[in-house]
Amino acid sequence: MAEEEEVILLDFWASMFGMRTRIALAEKGVKYDYREQDLWNKSSLLLQMNPVHKKIPVLIHHGKPVCESLFQLQYIDETWPGNKYSLLPSDPYKRALAKFWADFIDKKVNVAARRIWATKGEAQEASKELLEILKTLESELGDKDYFGDQTFGYVDIALIGFYSWFGVYDKYGNINIESECPKLIAWAKRCLQRESVAKALPESEKVTTFVSERRKKLELD
Amino acid sequence: MAETEEVKLLGIWASPFSRRIEMALKLKGIKYDYVEEKLENKSSLLLALNPVHKKVPVLVHNGKTILESLVILEYIDETWPHNPILPQDPYERSKARFFGKLIDEQIINVGFVSMAKADEKGREVLAEQARELIMYLEKELVGKDYFGGKNVGFLDLVAGSMIPFCLERGWEGIGLEVITEEKFPEYKRWVKNLEKVEIVRDCIPPREKHVEHMNYMAERVRSS
Repeated sequence: MAEEEEVILLDFWASMFGMRTRIALAEKGVKYDYREQDLWNKSSLLLQMNPVHKKIPVLIHHGKPVCESLFQLQYIDETWPGNKYSLLPSDPYKRALAKFWADFIDKKVNVAARRIWATKGEAQEASKELLEILKTLESELGDKDYFGDQTFGYVDIALIGFYSWFGVYDKYGNINIESECPKLIAWAKRCLQRESVAKALPESEKVTTFVSERRKKLELD
Repeated sequence: MAETEEVKLLGIWASPFSRRIEMALKLKGIKYDYVEEKLENKSSLLLALNPVHKKVPVLVHNGKTILESLVILEYIDETWPHNPILPQDPYERSKARFFGKLIDEQIINVGFVSMAKADEKGREVLAEQARELIMYLEKELVGKDYFGGKNVGFLDLVAGSMIPFCLERGWEGIGLEVITEEKFPEYKRWVKNLEKVEIVRDCIPPREKHVEHMNYMAERVRSS
Protein backbone atom coordinates (compact mmCIF):
# COMPACT_ATOMS: atom_id res chain seq x y z
CA MET A 1 0.00 0.00 0.00
CA ALA A 2 2.78 2.43 0.92
CA GLU A 3 4.55 1.74 -2.36
CA GLU A 4 1.47 2.49 -4.42
CA GLU A 5 0.93 5.78 -2.63
CA GLU A 6 4.51 6.81 -3.20
CA VAL A 7 3.43 8.42 -6.46
CA ILE A 8 0.13 10.25 -6.66
CA LEU A 9 -1.26 12.12 -9.66
CA LEU A 10 -3.95 14.74 -9.14
CA ASP A 11 -5.55 15.08 -12.53
CA PHE A 12 -8.69 15.65 -14.60
CA TRP A 13 -9.66 13.09 -17.24
CA ALA A 14 -10.02 15.61 -20.10
CA SER A 15 -6.83 17.55 -19.43
CA MET A 16 -4.34 17.33 -22.28
CA PHE A 17 -1.71 18.33 -19.73
CA GLY A 18 -2.60 15.55 -17.32
CA MET A 19 -2.47 13.14 -20.26
CA ARG A 20 1.21 14.00 -20.69
CA THR A 21 2.07 12.89 -17.19
CA ARG A 22 -0.06 9.76 -17.40
CA ILE A 23 1.74 8.78 -20.59
CA ALA A 24 5.19 9.48 -19.13
CA LEU A 25 4.53 7.45 -15.98
CA ALA A 26 3.20 4.57 -18.07
CA GLU A 27 6.14 4.71 -20.49
CA LYS A 28 8.50 4.44 -17.53
CA GLY A 29 6.49 1.69 -15.88
CA VAL A 30 5.95 3.74 -12.72
CA LYS A 31 2.99 2.68 -10.59
CA TYR A 32 0.90 5.53 -9.29
CA ASP A 33 -2.32 6.43 -7.58
CA TYR A 34 -4.53 8.37 -10.01
CA ARG A 35 -6.88 10.78 -8.24
CA GLU A 36 -9.58 12.43 -10.34
CA GLN A 37 -10.15 16.04 -9.28
CA ASP A 38 -13.30 18.12 -9.38
CA LEU A 39 -12.07 21.37 -10.89
CA TRP A 40 -15.19 23.22 -9.79
CA ASN A 41 -14.86 22.10 -6.21
CA LYS A 42 -11.15 21.81 -5.62
CA SER A 43 -9.92 19.39 -2.99
CA SER A 44 -7.88 20.58 -0.05
CA LEU A 45 -5.04 18.34 -1.21
CA LEU A 46 -4.92 20.10 -4.59
CA LEU A 47 -5.00 23.52 -2.97
CA GLN A 48 -2.30 22.48 -0.55
CA MET A 49 -0.04 20.94 -3.20
CA ASN A 50 -0.43 23.69 -5.81
CA PRO A 51 -1.24 26.84 -3.86
CA VAL A 52 0.19 29.14 -6.53
CA HIS A 53 -1.93 28.05 -9.48
CA LYS A 54 -4.46 25.62 -7.94
CA LYS A 55 -4.28 23.61 -11.17
CA ILE A 56 -3.88 20.04 -12.25
CA PRO A 57 -1.92 17.99 -13.00
CA VAL A 58 0.07 17.77 -9.78
CA LEU A 59 2.51 14.92 -9.36
CA ILE A 60 3.15 14.08 -5.74
CA HIS A 61 6.21 11.96 -4.99
CA HIS A 62 7.17 11.10 -1.40
CA GLY A 63 4.68 13.77 -0.35
CA LYS A 64 6.36 16.53 -2.37
CA PRO A 65 4.51 18.21 -5.24
CA VAL A 66 5.84 18.71 -8.74
CA CYS A 67 3.71 21.17 -10.70
CA GLU A 68 3.51 21.99 -14.43
CA SER A 69 3.18 19.04 -16.80
CA LEU A 70 6.38 19.62 -18.78
CA PHE A 71 8.39 19.89 -15.56
CA GLN A 72 6.71 16.66 -14.44
CA LEU A 73 7.96 14.96 -17.61
CA GLN A 74 11.49 16.14 -16.88
CA TYR A 75 11.17 15.12 -13.24
CA ILE A 76 9.99 11.63 -14.25
CA ASP A 77 12.88 11.31 -16.70
CA GLU A 78 15.40 12.41 -14.06
CA THR A 79 13.97 10.38 -11.19
CA TRP A 80 13.50 7.11 -13.06
CA PRO A 81 16.33 7.32 -15.58
CA GLY A 82 16.97 3.62 -15.92
CA ASN A 83 13.38 2.62 -16.57
CA LYS A 84 12.92 1.47 -20.16
CA TYR A 85 14.22 4.54 -22.00
CA SER A 86 14.64 8.31 -21.91
CA LEU A 87 11.82 10.69 -22.64
CA LEU A 88 14.32 13.38 -23.58
CA PRO A 89 17.37 12.86 -25.81
CA SER A 90 20.76 12.71 -24.09
CA ASP A 91 22.48 15.23 -26.38
CA PRO A 92 22.20 18.79 -24.94
CA TYR A 93 21.39 20.37 -28.30
CA LYS A 94 18.66 17.85 -29.11
CA ARG A 95 17.28 18.33 -25.59
CA ALA A 96 17.19 22.09 -26.14
CA LEU A 97 15.28 21.61 -29.40
CA ALA A 98 12.80 19.30 -27.70
CA LYS A 99 12.24 21.82 -24.88
CA PHE A 100 11.83 24.63 -27.42
CA TRP A 101 9.08 22.78 -29.27
CA ALA A 102 7.29 21.71 -26.09
CA ASP A 103 7.39 25.34 -24.95
CA PHE A 104 6.03 26.37 -28.38
CA ILE A 105 3.16 23.93 -27.97
CA ASP A 106 2.34 25.33 -24.53
CA LYS A 107 2.47 28.93 -25.63
CA LYS A 108 0.75 28.62 -28.99
CA VAL A 109 -1.46 25.55 -29.33
CA ASN A 110 -3.24 25.87 -26.01
CA VAL A 111 -3.96 29.59 -26.33
CA ALA A 112 -5.43 29.39 -29.82
CA ALA A 113 -7.29 26.17 -29.04
CA ARG A 114 -9.01 27.55 -25.98
CA ARG A 115 -10.15 30.63 -27.85
CA ILE A 116 -11.99 28.42 -30.31
CA TRP A 117 -14.42 26.86 -27.87
CA ALA A 118 -14.34 29.03 -24.76
CA THR A 119 -15.05 32.46 -26.24
CA LYS A 120 -17.78 34.17 -28.15
CA GLY A 121 -16.98 35.48 -31.60
CA GLU A 122 -13.27 34.58 -31.62
CA ALA A 123 -13.65 31.07 -32.99
CA GLN A 124 -13.02 31.86 -36.64
CA GLU A 125 -9.87 33.87 -36.06
CA ALA A 126 -8.58 31.42 -33.47
CA SER A 127 -9.16 28.40 -35.69
CA LYS A 128 -7.14 30.01 -38.51
CA GLU A 129 -4.37 30.62 -36.00
CA LEU A 130 -4.55 27.06 -34.73
CA LEU A 131 -4.23 25.63 -38.23
CA GLU A 132 -1.15 27.77 -38.87
CA ILE A 133 0.39 26.57 -35.62
CA LEU A 134 -0.40 22.93 -36.36
CA LYS A 135 1.10 23.33 -39.84
CA THR A 136 4.29 24.69 -38.29
CA LEU A 137 4.42 21.62 -36.08
CA GLU A 138 3.66 19.40 -39.04
CA SER A 139 6.60 20.81 -40.96
CA GLU A 140 8.81 20.35 -37.91
CA LEU A 141 7.75 16.70 -37.85
CA GLY A 142 8.63 16.40 -41.54
CA ASP A 143 9.03 12.82 -42.64
CA LYS A 144 9.95 11.53 -39.20
CA ASP A 145 7.78 8.98 -37.44
CA TYR A 146 7.87 11.00 -34.25
CA PHE A 147 9.01 14.46 -33.17
CA GLY A 148 11.64 12.73 -31.08
CA ASP A 149 13.36 11.59 -34.29
CA GLN A 150 12.95 7.84 -34.60
CA THR A 151 11.64 7.36 -31.11
CA PHE A 152 8.52 8.50 -29.29
CA GLY A 153 9.51 11.13 -26.74
CA TYR A 154 9.06 14.43 -24.96
CA VAL A 155 7.58 16.53 -27.77
CA ASP A 156 5.25 13.74 -28.89
CA ILE A 157 4.03 13.42 -25.30
CA ALA A 158 3.62 17.21 -25.06
CA LEU A 159 1.36 17.37 -28.12
CA ILE A 160 -0.58 14.11 -28.34
CA GLY A 161 -3.19 14.96 -25.69
CA PHE A 162 -4.52 17.76 -27.88
CA TYR A 163 -5.52 15.13 -30.45
CA SER A 164 -8.39 14.05 -28.23
CA TRP A 165 -9.64 17.66 -28.49
CA PHE A 166 -9.38 17.97 -32.29
CA GLY A 167 -13.06 17.10 -32.64
CA VAL A 168 -13.88 20.09 -30.43
CA TYR A 169 -11.74 22.46 -32.53
CA ASP A 170 -13.22 21.11 -35.76
CA LYS A 171 -16.75 21.54 -34.46
CA TYR A 172 -16.54 25.00 -32.92
CA GLY A 173 -13.87 26.34 -35.25
CA ASN A 174 -15.64 25.06 -38.33
CA ILE A 175 -12.45 23.51 -39.67
CA ASN A 176 -11.23 20.07 -40.62
CA ILE A 177 -7.84 19.44 -39.08
CA GLU A 178 -7.47 16.02 -40.74
CA SER A 179 -7.72 17.48 -44.24
CA GLU A 180 -5.44 20.42 -43.44
CA CYS A 181 -2.78 18.48 -41.52
CA PRO A 182 -2.87 14.87 -42.72
CA LYS A 183 0.70 14.11 -41.65
CA LEU A 184 -0.05 15.27 -38.13
CA ILE A 185 -3.11 13.02 -37.98
CA ALA A 186 -1.00 10.10 -39.23
CA TRP A 187 1.50 10.87 -36.47
CA ALA A 188 -1.27 10.96 -33.86
CA LYS A 189 -2.65 7.59 -34.97
CA ARG A 190 0.85 6.18 -34.81
CA CYS A 191 1.18 7.42 -31.23
CA LEU A 192 -2.19 5.93 -30.33
CA GLN A 193 -0.82 2.50 -31.12
CA ARG A 194 1.22 2.81 -27.94
CA GLU A 195 -0.55 1.41 -24.91
CA SER A 196 0.43 4.37 -22.73
CA VAL A 197 -1.21 6.81 -25.14
CA ALA A 198 -4.30 4.70 -25.86
CA LYS A 199 -4.97 4.42 -22.13
CA ALA A 200 -4.31 8.09 -21.37
CA LEU A 201 -6.41 9.71 -24.09
CA PRO A 202 -10.18 9.82 -23.62
CA GLU A 203 -12.60 9.13 -26.48
CA SER A 204 -12.98 12.16 -28.72
CA GLU A 205 -16.80 12.09 -28.40
CA LYS A 206 -16.57 12.14 -24.61
CA VAL A 207 -14.46 15.32 -24.80
CA THR A 208 -16.85 16.95 -27.26
CA THR A 209 -19.81 16.17 -24.99
CA PHE A 210 -17.96 17.60 -22.02
CA VAL A 211 -17.19 20.82 -23.92
CA SER A 212 -20.75 21.23 -25.09
CA GLU A 213 -21.87 21.03 -21.44
CA ARG A 214 -19.22 23.55 -20.42
CA ARG A 215 -20.33 25.94 -23.12
CA LYS A 216 -23.89 25.78 -21.86
CA LYS A 217 -22.68 26.59 -18.35
CA LEU A 218 -20.58 29.45 -19.72
CA GLU A 219 -23.65 30.60 -21.63
CA LEU A 220 -21.92 30.39 -24.97
CA ASP A 221 -24.65 28.15 -26.34
CA MET B 1 36.69 21.98 -23.97
CA ALA B 2 37.75 22.52 -27.58
CA GLU B 3 39.94 25.46 -28.46
CA THR B 4 37.69 26.16 -31.41
CA GLU B 5 34.45 26.63 -29.41
CA GLU B 6 32.42 29.33 -31.09
CA VAL B 7 29.80 30.94 -28.91
CA LYS B 8 27.72 33.88 -30.05
CA LEU B 9 24.91 35.61 -28.17
CA LEU B 10 22.35 37.86 -29.82
CA GLY B 11 20.83 40.10 -27.18
CA ILE B 12 19.46 43.49 -26.22
CA TRP B 13 21.15 45.56 -23.51
CA ALA B 14 17.88 46.21 -21.65
CA SER B 15 16.48 42.71 -21.96
CA PRO B 16 16.47 40.67 -18.74
CA PHE B 17 16.26 37.56 -20.92
CA SER B 18 19.58 38.16 -22.65
CA ARG B 19 21.25 39.59 -19.52
CA ARG B 20 20.69 36.35 -17.64
CA ILE B 21 22.43 34.42 -20.42
CA GLU B 22 25.42 36.73 -20.15
CA MET B 23 25.50 36.02 -16.42
CA ALA B 24 25.44 32.28 -17.05
CA LEU B 25 28.19 32.42 -19.66
CA LYS B 26 30.37 34.49 -17.31
CA LEU B 27 29.62 32.14 -14.41
CA LYS B 28 30.94 29.27 -16.51
CA GLY B 29 33.87 31.30 -17.81
CA ILE B 30 32.79 30.85 -21.43
CA LYS B 31 34.13 33.29 -24.00
CA TYR B 32 31.49 34.58 -26.37
CA ASP B 33 30.81 37.13 -29.07
CA TYR B 34 27.98 39.49 -28.24
CA VAL B 35 25.74 40.95 -30.95
CA GLU B 36 23.52 43.83 -29.88
CA GLU B 37 20.09 43.75 -31.56
CA LYS B 38 17.54 46.53 -31.86
CA LEU B 39 13.90 45.80 -31.12
CA GLU B 40 12.67 48.06 -33.90
CA ASN B 41 15.19 46.94 -36.46
CA LYS B 42 15.93 43.26 -36.09
CA SER B 43 18.94 42.03 -37.96
CA SER B 44 18.58 39.55 -40.79
CA LEU B 45 20.75 37.23 -38.71
CA LEU B 46 18.24 37.26 -35.85
CA LEU B 47 15.30 36.73 -38.17
CA ALA B 48 17.09 33.84 -39.86
CA LEU B 49 18.04 32.19 -36.56
CA ASN B 50 14.70 32.68 -34.84
CA PRO B 51 12.03 32.79 -37.54
CA VAL B 52 9.38 31.39 -35.20
CA HIS B 53 9.50 34.00 -32.43
CA LYS B 54 11.91 36.66 -33.81
CA LYS B 55 13.16 37.33 -30.29
CA VAL B 56 16.34 37.56 -28.30
CA PRO B 57 18.27 35.97 -26.76
CA VAL B 58 19.62 33.60 -29.35
CA LEU B 59 22.64 31.50 -28.50
CA VAL B 60 24.71 30.08 -31.33
CA HIS B 61 27.18 27.39 -30.29
CA ASN B 62 29.40 25.90 -32.96
CA GLY B 63 26.74 26.63 -35.56
CA LYS B 64 23.85 25.27 -33.48
CA THR B 65 21.05 27.68 -32.58
CA ILE B 66 19.40 27.58 -29.16
CA LEU B 67 16.33 29.68 -28.37
CA GLU B 68 14.28 30.70 -25.30
CA SER B 69 16.29 31.96 -22.34
CA LEU B 70 15.25 29.24 -19.88
CA VAL B 71 16.07 26.56 -22.46
CA ILE B 72 19.40 28.28 -23.16
CA LEU B 73 20.28 28.29 -19.45
CA GLU B 74 19.69 24.54 -19.25
CA TYR B 75 21.66 23.99 -22.45
CA ILE B 76 24.61 25.94 -21.07
CA ASP B 77 24.43 23.95 -17.82
CA GLU B 78 24.41 20.61 -19.64
CA THR B 79 27.09 21.52 -22.15
CA TRP B 80 29.51 23.02 -19.60
CA PRO B 81 28.74 21.11 -16.40
CA HIS B 82 31.30 22.82 -14.11
CA ASN B 83 29.92 25.52 -11.78
CA PRO B 84 26.42 24.03 -12.00
CA ILE B 85 23.47 26.40 -12.37
CA LEU B 86 20.52 24.07 -11.79
CA PRO B 87 20.28 22.08 -8.54
CA GLN B 88 21.32 18.42 -8.73
CA ASP B 89 18.24 17.00 -7.01
CA PRO B 90 15.26 16.41 -9.40
CA TYR B 91 12.71 17.84 -6.95
CA GLU B 92 14.75 21.02 -6.39
CA ARG B 93 15.23 21.30 -10.15
CA SER B 94 11.49 21.10 -10.71
CA LYS B 95 10.96 23.86 -8.14
CA ALA B 96 13.57 26.08 -9.79
CA ARG B 97 11.92 25.55 -13.18
CA PHE B 98 8.48 26.21 -11.69
CA PHE B 99 9.50 29.54 -10.21
CA GLY B 100 11.43 30.44 -13.38
CA LYS B 101 8.22 30.05 -15.34
CA LEU B 102 6.24 32.01 -12.76
CA ILE B 103 8.69 34.89 -13.12
CA ASP B 104 8.83 34.82 -16.90
CA GLU B 105 5.13 34.43 -17.50
CA GLN B 106 3.22 35.95 -14.62
CA ILE B 107 5.45 38.27 -12.64
CA ILE B 108 6.75 39.97 -15.78
CA ASN B 109 3.22 40.40 -17.12
CA VAL B 110 1.84 41.92 -13.97
CA GLY B 111 4.96 44.07 -13.71
CA PHE B 112 4.80 45.51 -17.20
CA VAL B 113 1.06 46.04 -17.11
CA SER B 114 1.41 47.92 -13.82
CA MET B 115 3.88 50.28 -15.47
CA ALA B 116 1.67 50.76 -18.48
CA LYS B 117 -1.35 51.81 -16.40
CA ALA B 118 -2.03 55.51 -16.45
CA ASP B 119 -4.08 55.67 -13.26
CA GLU B 120 -2.71 55.30 -9.76
CA LYS B 121 -5.46 53.01 -8.54
CA GLY B 122 -4.93 50.63 -11.46
CA ARG B 123 -1.23 50.55 -10.72
CA GLU B 124 -1.76 49.77 -7.07
CA VAL B 125 -4.07 46.84 -7.88
CA LEU B 126 -1.39 45.35 -10.11
CA ALA B 127 1.35 46.15 -7.60
CA GLU B 128 -0.58 44.13 -5.05
CA GLN B 129 -0.83 41.23 -7.52
CA ALA B 130 2.92 41.44 -8.08
CA ARG B 131 3.52 41.39 -4.32
CA GLU B 132 1.41 38.24 -3.97
CA LEU B 133 3.49 36.47 -6.58
CA ILE B 134 6.85 37.72 -5.29
CA MET B 135 5.87 36.54 -1.80
CA TYR B 136 6.31 32.96 -3.05
CA LEU B 137 9.91 33.82 -3.87
CA GLU B 138 10.32 35.53 -0.50
CA LYS B 139 9.41 32.27 1.22
CA GLU B 140 11.94 30.34 -0.87
CA LEU B 141 14.75 32.57 0.34
CA VAL B 142 14.34 31.91 4.06
CA GLY B 143 17.60 30.61 5.48
CA LYS B 144 19.45 30.94 2.17
CA ASP B 145 22.02 33.36 0.80
CA TYR B 146 20.73 32.76 -2.70
CA PHE B 147 17.96 30.70 -4.29
CA GLY B 148 20.76 28.34 -5.23
CA GLY B 149 21.81 28.01 -1.58
CA LYS B 150 25.35 29.12 -0.90
CA ASN B 151 25.99 29.98 -4.53
CA VAL B 152 24.19 31.79 -7.28
CA GLY B 153 22.08 29.43 -9.38
CA PHE B 154 19.37 29.21 -12.04
CA LEU B 155 16.67 31.00 -10.11
CA ASP B 156 19.04 33.74 -8.97
CA LEU B 157 19.86 34.48 -12.61
CA VAL B 158 16.23 34.36 -13.71
CA ALA B 159 14.77 36.31 -10.78
CA GLY B 160 17.76 38.64 -10.51
CA SER B 161 17.72 39.71 -14.14
CA MET B 162 13.95 40.20 -14.06
CA ILE B 163 12.98 41.67 -10.72
CA PRO B 164 15.60 43.84 -8.99
CA PHE B 165 17.44 44.73 -12.19
CA CYS B 166 14.52 45.26 -14.53
CA LEU B 167 11.02 45.51 -13.01
CA GLU B 168 12.15 47.45 -9.94
CA ARG B 169 13.85 49.97 -12.20
CA GLY B 170 10.62 50.40 -14.11
CA TRP B 171 8.69 50.87 -10.89
CA GLU B 172 11.27 53.35 -9.69
CA GLY B 173 10.74 55.36 -12.86
CA ILE B 174 7.03 55.74 -12.18
CA GLY B 175 7.46 56.23 -8.45
CA LEU B 176 5.68 53.01 -7.49
CA GLU B 177 6.99 51.19 -4.42
CA VAL B 178 6.17 47.54 -4.84
CA ILE B 179 8.72 45.61 -2.81
CA THR B 180 9.19 47.01 0.69
CA GLU B 181 11.79 46.13 3.32
CA GLU B 182 8.99 45.60 5.79
CA LYS B 183 7.17 42.92 3.81
CA PHE B 184 10.12 41.44 1.88
CA PRO B 185 13.15 41.33 4.19
CA GLU B 186 14.50 38.11 2.65
CA TYR B 187 14.24 39.54 -0.86
CA LYS B 188 16.06 42.71 0.17
CA ARG B 189 18.81 40.67 1.79
CA TRP B 190 19.10 38.55 -1.36
CA VAL B 191 19.44 41.61 -3.61
CA LYS B 192 22.27 42.90 -1.41
CA ASN B 193 23.96 39.50 -1.75
CA LEU B 194 23.48 39.56 -5.53
CA GLU B 195 24.99 43.00 -5.84
CA LYS B 196 28.21 41.63 -4.30
CA VAL B 197 28.53 38.97 -7.01
CA GLU B 198 30.86 40.06 -9.80
CA ILE B 199 29.17 38.18 -12.64
CA VAL B 200 25.84 39.72 -11.69
CA ARG B 201 27.23 43.24 -11.30
CA ASP B 202 28.97 42.99 -14.66
CA CYS B 203 25.82 41.89 -16.45
CA ILE B 204 23.15 44.28 -15.33
CA PRO B 205 22.10 47.24 -17.48
CA PRO B 206 23.39 50.64 -16.31
CA ARG B 207 20.82 51.94 -13.84
CA GLU B 208 19.99 55.44 -15.00
CA LYS B 209 19.89 54.55 -18.66
CA HIS B 210 17.72 51.55 -17.79
CA VAL B 211 15.22 53.52 -15.69
CA GLU B 212 14.92 56.00 -18.55
CA HIS B 213 14.44 53.18 -21.05
CA MET B 214 11.74 51.50 -18.94
CA ASN B 215 9.91 54.82 -18.66
CA TYR B 216 10.07 55.27 -22.40
CA MET B 217 8.69 51.76 -23.02
CA ALA B 218 5.88 52.24 -20.51
CA GLU B 219 4.99 55.61 -22.03
CA ARG B 220 4.75 54.03 -25.46
CA VAL B 221 2.31 51.44 -24.14
CA ARG B 222 0.25 54.03 -22.28
CA SER B 223 -0.07 56.22 -25.36
CA SER B 224 -0.93 53.36 -27.72
